[in-house]
Amino acid sequence: MIEIDEELCKGCGICVDFCPLKVFETSDKINSRGYYPPLPVKEKDCVGCRLCELLCPEFSIIIINE
Amino acid sequence: MPEGLDRKEVAEKRRHRLFKYLRKEVLPTAFCPGCGCGIVLNCYAHPVDELQLDPNDIVAVTGIGCSSWIPSPYFLRDTLHTTHGRPIPFATGVKIMQPEKTVVVIAGDGDLIGIGGNHLIHAARRNVDIKVFLVNNLIYGMTGGQLAPTTPLGISTTTSPHGNVEHPFEIAELIAAAGASYVARWTTYHVFPLMESMQMALTQKGFCFIEIRSQCPISYGRRVGKRTGSEALQEYKESSVRIEDATEMSPEELVGKIIIGKLVKREKEEFTDNLRKLNLELRTRKIGRGPEEWSLS
Repeated sequence: MIEIDEELCKGCGICVDFCPLKVFETSDKINSRGYYPPLPVKEKDCVGCRLCELLCPEFSIIIINE
Repeated sequence: MPEGLDRKEVAEKRRHRLFKYLRKEVLPTAFCPGCGCGIVLNCYAHPVDELQLDPNDIVAVTGIGCSSWIPSPYFLRDTLHTTHGRPIPFATGVKIMQPEKTVVVIAGDGDLIGIGGNHLIHAARRNVDIKVFLVNNLIYGMTGGQLAPTTPLGISTTTSPHGNVEHPFEIAELIAAAGASYVARWTTYHVFPLMESMQMALTQKGFCFIEIRSQCPISYGRRVGKRTGSEALQEYKESSVRIEDATEMSPEELVGKIIIGKLVKREKEEFTDNLRKLNLELRTRKIGRGPEEWSLS
């Protein structure tokens, strides 16, 4: 499961560009500080490699492996 | 932040599994979007979690600069935020007086190599048991992009508008030659080996040094046409060469490449151990009886 803390995100887009399975897309809604957070559009493709969680500089992505 | 919610209340609701190591109330970080410092903070929290280090046994020492914000204020441990360029002398002092603590220095290239260059070299020579994680973004980022001793040749900066005419430091090689116990170089793209390397450094005795090549999209990236964190990470991905492969490559092939991997791992006598041994010996000789009989130790 992918959980995104939108209020922590600064919209740098690293998760969007580096997910090996291209799970994320940039959302078209802005958060309260004016950044575009990612949206896990293909969440069912996620295999839980945690690369996005590690590469996120703001701790805003949480991967919960079942 | 959503309307009507208290900052503390929002902080309490956050549930990343590493948040127990962070000062949640100061999040989001003050780093620019796409900055590598957040990735280093993320990577540093993992080995601390995995090694189950006692919170009271870590002392993080740091200087001045963007990357000095990684342990102070974001990392929830004892921190010493010192003057510009002097984290290593402070850390040496902490280690001598409290040898059972794990002393970690996280600071930037301007701090450790520029202002405090000699401290770094001599701490490596003495082999003081401190762990140094150098966040190298090739520029003085916080003050607006001035020339650092690590800026590559030809790059224009605020203080070198027509291009840099100086050669940069190969800092990991320098520290390896100075006599450190463990030296490695990674980038913020190589998060998994970086975490492994940090774990190794935290468990090995002696001076451990990891150079982490990190991106600065705002002050450095705009000078080289890499304005986002993603572009810089992509460059790290493409231009990194493992040290095992680099030995077979010619110097011409290695121009513009980042050599990553473990440079040195050696067993060596440690400075604070030797100092304590000598101290004990001299005091025993002077007082005429062993430390077990001293009323004051």
